[in-house]
Amino acid sequence: MISLRTRAITSIGLLASILAVFVHAAVAQDNPNAFNRLMKPPSERNAPPESDGIHDPTADGTLMLQPPQESFAGLPKSRSGNYVNWSKAIENELVTPRSDIHDPDAQAIVFDLNIIREVKGSMPDVVYPHKQHTQWLDCSNCHPAIFIPMKGANQISMASILMGEKCGVCHGKVAFPVSECRRCHSKPKPVDQP
Amino acid sequence: MKRFLKSKRLALLVLVALPIMVAWAEYGDVVINVRAKGEGMAPVIFPHWFHRVRFQCSVCHVDIGFKTRAGGSGITMDKISQGQFCGACHNGEIAWSVENCDFCHSGMPGLETGIEGGHKTAGPGYY
Repeated sequence: MISLRTRAITSIGLLASILAVFVHAAVAQDNPNAFNRLMKPPSERNAPPESDGIHDPTADGTLMLQPPQESFAGLPKSRSGNYVNWSKAIENELVTPRSDIHDPDAQAIVFDLNIIREVKGSMPDVVYPHKQHTQWLDCSNCHPAIFIPMKGANQISMASILMGEKCGVCHGKVAFPVSECRRCHSKPKPVDQP
Repeated sequence: MKRFLKSKRLALLVLVALPIMVAWAEYGDVVINVRAKGEGMAPVIFPHWFHRVRFQCSVCHVDIGFKTRAGGSGITMDKISQGQFCGACHNGEIAWSVENCDFCHSGMPGLETGIEGGHKTAGPGYY
């Protein structure tokens, strides 16, 4: 008897929540003048595999996969990408990715050298930190195939980055996206410059 | 009655799933459907976020030799079982082995090879 009542209550609860989600989604999609039409609402960020739109929700394997939110809960936040500030996470040792397949204690060689790139337009100059990059990458990931390791040898433009070349090989795909302008363009130009 | 309730609930879930389907994949998820489609297997989905927590980029993209182009590495199940590419770790020692087909082959049928999750840089360099 109790179980029947509990079941009825759960069913009604489930039905109500399902309907609420449905109505909310329908309203958000149907209103052409809704705010932030193309932006991902916070509730849809880091969706679990079964509802992320690319995993097959009926496959058994999908349900075995870790939901991103479970992993990201204790990590520093950011405004885009995975909504995780990965460079802060590795700096603070909140994630400790191995640098060697077999040896968990192998230390990556971190190279601390900032490269300043003066940009032609009105944007602040770009500061490229080797440190944050070598915490994840080996020199040979970028040199010499993507960037020739010589001052002035690399023509970089936002156009080529947006086409997936140079910085765009990673940024915009797996590293923070190019919408985060000021994370690279971070050194203000001298004030006396015309 | 029970079965009716169950089927009704299932139908409702499907109905609800529809608007949620437009949800967004996790940033950096890679769909690999170069050979899977022809072999009648579901596409592979590789989650960058999960792997970067455990390994630095250089482990896969230098030591193991994965290209930085989706679908550009020429991965086959044969190579994986010989310990190349995914098989360098997914061998039952470092990570679970390839007998768990549907952990990787878990994509929706018909997905195109490429990077998912929005913000993507596009153009000829993007595959």
